[in-house]
Amino acid sequence: MSLLRLLARALLKGPITEAPPDPDRAALADLAQRVAETARGRLGRSLVIREVDAGSCNGCELEIHALGNPLYDIDRFGIRFAASPRHADVLLVTGPVALNMAEALKRTYDATPAPKWVVAAGDCAKDGGCFAGSYAVAGGVSAILPVDLVIPGCPPTPTALLSGLVALLDQAARRG
Amino acid sequence: MTNTTVLLDFFRYRPSAPNHRPWPRYRLEEADWRTMIDIVAVSDWDLLGLWATAGEVHAALRESENAAVVVASLACPMGRYPALSGVRPGAIRLERMIRDLWGLEAEGAADQRPWLDHGRWPVATPLGVAAPRQPERLPYAFQTAEGDGIHQIPVGPVHAGIIEPGHFRFHANGETVVRLEERLGYVHKGIESLMAGKTPQEAARLAGRISGDSTVAHALAFARAVEAAAGIEAPPRAHWLRALMAELERIANHLGDFGAVCNDAAFVIMLAHALALKEGVLRAARDVFGHRLMMDRVVPGGVTVDLDRAQAETLRTLVRRLRPRFAELEALYDATPSLLDRTVGTGVTLASLVHRYAAGGVVGRAAGRALDGRRMPGYPPYDDLDFQVPLEADGDVHARLLVRLAEIKESLALVEKIVDGLPAGPLIRPVPEQAGEGLALVEGFRGEILTWVRLDEKGRVARCFPRDPSWFQWPLLEAAIEGNIVADFPLCNKSFNCSYSGHDL
Repeated sequence: MSLLRLLARALLKGPITEAPPDPDRAALADLAQRVAETARGRLGRSLVIREVDAGSCNGCELEIHALGNPLYDIDRFGIRFAASPRHADVLLVTGPVALNMAEALKRTYDATPAPKWVVAAGDCAKDGGCFAGSYAVAGGVSAILPVDLVIPGCPPTPTALLSGLVALLDQAARRG
Repeated sequence: MTNTTVLLDFFRYRPSAPNHRPWPRYRLEEADWRTMIDIVAVSDWDLLGLWATAGEVHAALRESENAAVVVASLACPMGRYPALSGVRPGAIRLERMIRDLWGLEAEGAADQRPWLDHGRWPVATPLGVAAPRQPERLPYAFQTAEGDGIHQIPVGPVHAGIIEPGHFRFHANGETVVRLEERLGYVHKGIESLMAGKTPQEAARLAGRISGDSTVAHALAFARAVEAAAGIEAPPRAHWLRALMAELERIANHLGDFGAVCNDAAFVIMLAHALALKEGVLRAARDVFGHRLMMDRVVPGGVTVDLDRAQAETLRTLVRRLRPRFAELEALYDATPSLLDRTVGTGVTLASLVHRYAAGGVVGRAAGRALDGRRMPGYPPYDDLDFQVPLEADGDVHARLLVRLAEIKESLALVEKIVDGLPAGPLIRPVPEQAGEGLALVEGFRGEILTWVRLDEKGRVARCFPRDPSWFQWPLLEAAIEGNIVADFPLCNKSFNCSYSGHDL
């Protein structure tokens, strides 16, 4: 019964992405168009991401996760997350790279087929952030892997993450 | 046999440390420490935490009956102390952590293997007498299970989803899990060493990043411990704003967990709806407090944000809109047999284990352990607020979901009550720069956080130990999955939702 009601309401009201007045909508629409243009030019129409937490506090993971909620719906931009690095174009790495995770991170990178890009998401991934200088961290993703793009923020908002991924597509298209 | 009053009496005549607030800390001789262990063995006292400072170990104990909390300390000049893990299994991983970080040995410990130290750091025992070394992978002997047809399934540290890293070693017989063993420590960042020497305000930034999803709760526990150590109390308005943020954090996380568990039972629509509601909470937090997760808003001495009339209305509107939509999701859960079929009877935690490990939060309350840090020991403003602590008895995935659902409703009501009853006054007061020790217990969305702080004469953090609720919940996941099928592990794991970062430090 309630499932029917939910479906009925969905039909009447339309997708929630459109329903509420959302300050990010204009930015998202702009992003959608830019992703469509650049992703198609370089990668057909999709970008597959493998996310690796290399020692984050899990704040970045919350916001990366939010990209999949119905309000951001990252899938409509042709970007999706894969379970295996073997299916990925991009490694999206968070955290200051805990030394206990360094080997796992390197092995994940090695398992990703070329061409591949590394995105360091968050202030910790950028340079270690507030964990820099500890005996237990490498101090940023670039200490372990070649980084193509940094998306700063603590944590970066979903919109900042989307903007960053689009910038990566721009860069990749230029390089290609 | 339980014999709890003896322990209180036992401590009464021991020398106590000066300036330890709000509960006493007693310095024991080794013989007394051993006697204490014998008494703990026959009492129902909770072990709330076990940590070290230079050459000394400290155990926090609580008697639930009368909310008495005590810290017991033992100097270890020879670098060892009698283990507590024989009588409180929750101490096993804490003792392993203390040896890895401080080099202090727990004599007679139930498990002698390293824990956070994977051999990757350039130093051994980094918080004790740090010994430089050549980093190399330490071998690790997993526990075994033997029998016809038993096979191993190694999972992690890099998992399939967008989640934190850790290793799960399954022994399975066909589809049935015979044994699960966790290996954690992959996201150890050395937070305790980074906090040392910093001002409370600087260290608060780290406290807010112990576990990002509990940033408000951890920052609150740290702030309360610092305030206790400095002998001050935050202004009333700060207490209420802290609680407001803590309840929003609870609602957001419970919504996400509820959706994620249903998603792992292949009921994807619930995740979509729950995440949309969660996003609404995060955006309200951003509009009102300037940060979606409300990081760095709770600081020692008070808060850095206020709430004006328009912002109060934003939160009232959030609750008003969220409540009916949430009620529909709740009804949908209740009316979907295929979903209930996966959650009812799956991943049962026994009440006896929950009590032995003093597991708090949803994991404890879903198995009959009626403890909530907001009530007991309690802290402002919750003594002025009316709310229920939901309780279930079955200890399965279903019970953990029911507790979360009930807590969301309680927290929504609390948000309204806090917004309506917010007292006027200052937001923050200065923290005096003086020595002292403080302990705080704070209820995060995941359960009870214990934070202990020692300030030096300049008022800087000499030592801080934050104990995430996950320490006492992770081991129960190993027990809960036993006898379940491998395919139900994600369901069980999500229903616990322990923190890796909060545990690994």
